[in-house]
Amino acid sequence: METLDLAELDIRDVNRRLQGRTGDSDASDFEVLNPLGRHTIAAGINRPINVHIRGHAGYYCAGMNQQAKVTIEGNAGVGVAENMMSGEVRVTGYAGQSAGATGHGGLLVIEGDASGRCGISMKGIDIVVGGSVGSMSAFMAQFGTLVVLGDAGADLGDSIYEARLYVRGSVERLGADCIEKEMRDEHREQLADLLKRAGFDANPDEFRRYGSARQLYNFKVGNIGYY
Amino acid sequence: MCGIVGLYLKNPELHPRLGELFAPMLIEMTDRGPDSAGIAVYREDPAVGTKVCAYSADTGYDWNGLARQMADDLGVDVRAERNSTHALLQTSVEGADLRGWLERERPDVRIMSSGRALEIYKEVGLPEDVLERFGIPAMAGSHAVGHTRMATESAVTTEGAHPFNTGDDLCLVHNGSLSNHNQLRAWLRHNAGLTFQTENDTEVAAAYLTWRLREGDTMDQALEHAMRDLDGFYTFAIGTRAGFSVLRDPIACKHAIMAETDDWVGMATEFRSLARLPGVENARIWEPKPATIYSWGSN
Repeated sequence: METLDLAELDIRDVNRRLQGRTGDSDASDFEVLNPLGRHTIAAGINRPINVHIRGHAGYYCAGMNQQAKVTIEGNAGVGVAENMMSGEVRVTGYAGQSAGATGHGGLLVIEGDASGRCGISMKGIDIVVGGSVGSMSAFMAQFGTLVVLGDAGADLGDSIYEARLYVRGSVERLGADCIEKEMRDEHREQLADLLKRAGFDANPDEFRRYGSARQLYNFKVGNIGYY
Repeated sequence: MCGIVGLYLKNPELHPRLGELFAPMLIEMTDRGPDSAGIAVYREDPAVGTKVCAYSADTGYDWNGLARQMADDLGVDVRAERNSTHALLQTSVEGADLRGWLERERPDVRIMSSGRALEIYKEVGLPEDVLERFGIPAMAGSHAVGHTRMATESAVTTEGAHPFNTGDDLCLVHNGSLSNHNQLRAWLRHNAGLTFQTENDTEVAAAYLTWRLREGDTMDQALEHAMRDLDGFYTFAIGTRAGFSVLRDPIACKHAIMAETDDWVGMATEFRSLARLPGVENARIWEPKPATIYSWGSN
């Protein structure tokens, strides 16, 4: 395992190493020490490596991630895994606002709570939150899945398009055009798979499903292949 | 863009270390506000009944002469202690109207703060330099709030820097902008007799809370009223003589993070300001929820 210490290295140097742009390391496991809430740690990686961030990260940690598995052993600030394309990002603690924002793919696991706007404008990412999510989560969510083992704050799924939301606890209030939907076998299967991949032991039957009433946008079923 | 920080020490054993713990928090917010900085320190001294922190750009200002005249006119003891461009004017008499005297007799002097425990220091320049200039790292106290400013609309001046105090030990720092401050300022001037030293929106928020507290509200009640009457974006950190509060507007787009242990409560725009506090690795950490009042100490 290669150790990168932010007490000694600049954040740009650390990210260049992680991105494989320095050409002098074939390590596939990295640890980042002394993050101390610095921003953009492990952003822009596009290769299959493992990164362990030992402590709390600042804004946009693991942003734009592709292929890599990034674990934050602590809390993450605003916009963790924003615009993730693939790979996996795990936060063992709390995640700040806009976790997984605009993510296209990959899996984001937050073991603690997530603040407001979790999964805002998500476009295909799967997000599993062990705790609760704050208000306006999955705002304008287009595609992908948000799983919440705890409760959801006010205005869940406001102006939602085609994302699926599964919540085990209470929902303070549903947002505009977001409604509760029937849990069918295909949903229970999808949920069971996501819970397993995220490492949570929970019964899919305890969850409720929410999604779009499709009254706020012009949905044509003939165009389903493009959504 | 601005940075705000607050530190409230629950454990009195930490009081001698307030400045030492607080200074690095403010320095960490330099990226968010390199123009000017301000610090409000709460330190209570049983021998001091009332104090005012005053400012003059003239570093040779005759503060001792001012103190003598103030003492004669008000019939109380007054002691002046110069601290760079500021001076602390203190009397043993509680409720002495030092602030009113300065407003009447010395309009050339800016009043930074008045109260029993509160002292506000602010200047243009990098936060680190401002902290050093006033000797903040060596100060003891119970709690402190601070602000680093990146001016976007009004000029970079000492007066425009936060925190703002409009009397009675209350001070407020603000990240955001208020849209109805002009109207509210006029209303408070006319109906509540409050005085203003700047055209700044944050001073209006401080004055509003001062007014509500004078009307008999607790801080939590005053903040409930504020949510109805203030229009705009805000994350506020507020200090009172023995309390500390945080409030975000109902949309909560201005960042804020909090951490709490048995010994202290810390608040900052970004986590990195809290990252070096003792015991932070085991602190409870969360982002304050929209339109939710968080308070510590007595209000």
